Amino acid sequence: MKLSRFNLASLTLGLAFLYLPIVILVIYSFNASRLVTVWGGWSLNWYRELLRDQAMLDAAWMSFRVAATSASAAAVLGTLAAVALSRGGHFKGRTLFSGMLYAPLVMPEVITGLSLLLLFVAINAERGFWTVTIAHTTLTMCFVTVVVQSRLHALDRSIEEAAMDLGCAPVEAFLRATLPLIWPSIAAGWMLAFALSLDDLVIASFTTGPGSATLPIRIYSEVRLGVKPEINAICTLIIAVVTVVIIIASAASKLSKTQAESAAPM
Amino acid sequence: MSGRPIFTRPARLAAIAPYLWMALFFLVPFGFVIKIALSQTAVAQPPYIPVFDLTAGWAALKASFAALAAENFRLIASDDLYLSSYLRSLGVAAVSTSLLLIIGYPIAYAMARLPRGWQPVAMMLVIIPFWTSFLIRIYAWINILQHDGLLNQMLLTLHFVSKPVVWLSTDTAMYIGIVYSYLPFMVLPLYATLAKLPASLTEAAADLGASPLRAFWSVTFPLSLPGIGAGVLLCFIPIVGEFVIPDLLAGSDSLMIGQTLWLEFFTNRDWPVASAIAVVLLALLLIPLLIYERVQRRQLEGRR
Repeated sequence: MKLSRFNLASLTLGLAFLYLPIVILVIYSFNASRLVTVWGGWSLNWYRELLRDQAMLDAAWMSFRVAATSASAAAVLGTLAAVALSRGGHFKGRTLFSGMLYAPLVMPEVITGLSLLLLFVAINAERGFWTVTIAHTTLTMCFVTVVVQSRLHALDRSIEEAAMDLGCAPVEAFLRATLPLIWPSIAAGWMLAFALSLDDLVIASFTTGPGSATLPIRIYSEVRLGVKPEINAICTLIIAVVTVVIIIASAASKLSKTQAESAAPM
Repeated sequence: MSGRPIFTRPARLAAIAPYLWMALFFLVPFGFVIKIALSQTAVAQPPYIPVFDLTAGWAALKASFAALAAENFRLIASDDLYLSSYLRSLGVAAVSTSLLLIIGYPIAYAMARLPRGWQPVAMMLVIIPFWTSFLIRIYAWINILQHDGLLNQMLLTLHFVSKPVVWLSTDTAMYIGIVYSYLPFMVLPLYATLAKLPASLTEAAADLGASPLRAFWSVTFPLSLPGIGAGVLLCFIPIVGEFVIPDLLAGSDSLMIGQTLWLEFFTNRDWPVASAIAVVLLALLLIPLLIYERVQRRQLEGRR
């Protein structure tokens, strides 16, 4: 099928629109000049500057710990929820359950953030690492549920049933037949959760306490003061990390598909 | 189809932990939002006086219900600031969603017309920016749109303008930022629907004498309506409550409701009013949210 000129143009323009700003940002992070308008040649100045910025490094470490912890919790809870939704039939309270899992996907973050903060204040929880982690787990487990659920949905049920016919208990059948097949999608869900947590500004601003700023909070307060080459540098580093994560995630999901296909030939 | 009962039961048990988690950290917090919205503001830590105290007994509870502080809601209804924020949010969301549809549809359509082998690549290319930090993408635009940024430099060099144009802190910048950030959310559901339509449909229309444009409007477009619906909901709802984009790119003379909530909470430390704003916002979004939830559920569970 040949692509018409109109289709080609809209695709090219669309992708250029999506990528150009990011490319420009990355290029300018290597600019030797402090002035954003003047190109002063290539340099790693701003990366060196960044390494000396202790507050930024602390925020990055905090964000990393929150993202790793919350993504792991979200992967477990999200997978359990996906299993219940796709294998549990019609149980009591199912509508409420799926509603609670799908609503946070589009709920404005200011509402989610505010409501969680009010809960933490009401139970007198000390705000900081754990409150942000719990908040991020709540949001990201819903994304994990969607990813794993669509995988479970596409999976051939006869594998589980065959395992049970061969004498496996249901839990054993799940662990030995289903889990190995959905494992890559759980990993992809974990990475999505990790990226979302690393990215979140609004919910973290509501739920964190004094002295424990995450990376986006830190970047946001700097960005409000204007464009700085150091910010370009830290943004480039984040883009690099996320790109690596995406490549691993897409490899994992490809693996998942080929495995599922070889296990259950259509 | 609920599978074997023997497998169904342990699967239901799997629901317990996530159920409790979501009930505790998603549902219960809304109760607190409503409670605080009905409280009075105070200079204290935390900055509100609760209107009802469950430990005070039934009589006290009844008395406090009678004197319930709906005043936060009355304030929101009477002060123009809040009303104009809500209206602006809905207006911005409507305009942005239309722009997204107009820009996203041709992209999704072109993706669906790509050779089969190229489609996953194009899809990846659209998804990748969504993984890159939201804040970074907005910041990238500040780089371009600022007074002596690349856009103005380009326009000046090409002699399109004689002095730099003010882009930052305008609605134009905000719409660029919103369209940029939400484009994948519009393109992907549209593409998912369009890719499923067999090419034979438009071919049949062409055989029956329809021009390509006519074939598009009377065959392809109506069949892509489910994708349009999903894309519109996926963009419209979060844009209404958007905070970061208008805060960094738009001017400060008129605020969206997410910004007003943020301001009341962080700057004015007026938690009850912030909560009341959240309650009203949620009520506004309830109908689109319910539709979205049904669509999502049908998509993930319904196709059998």
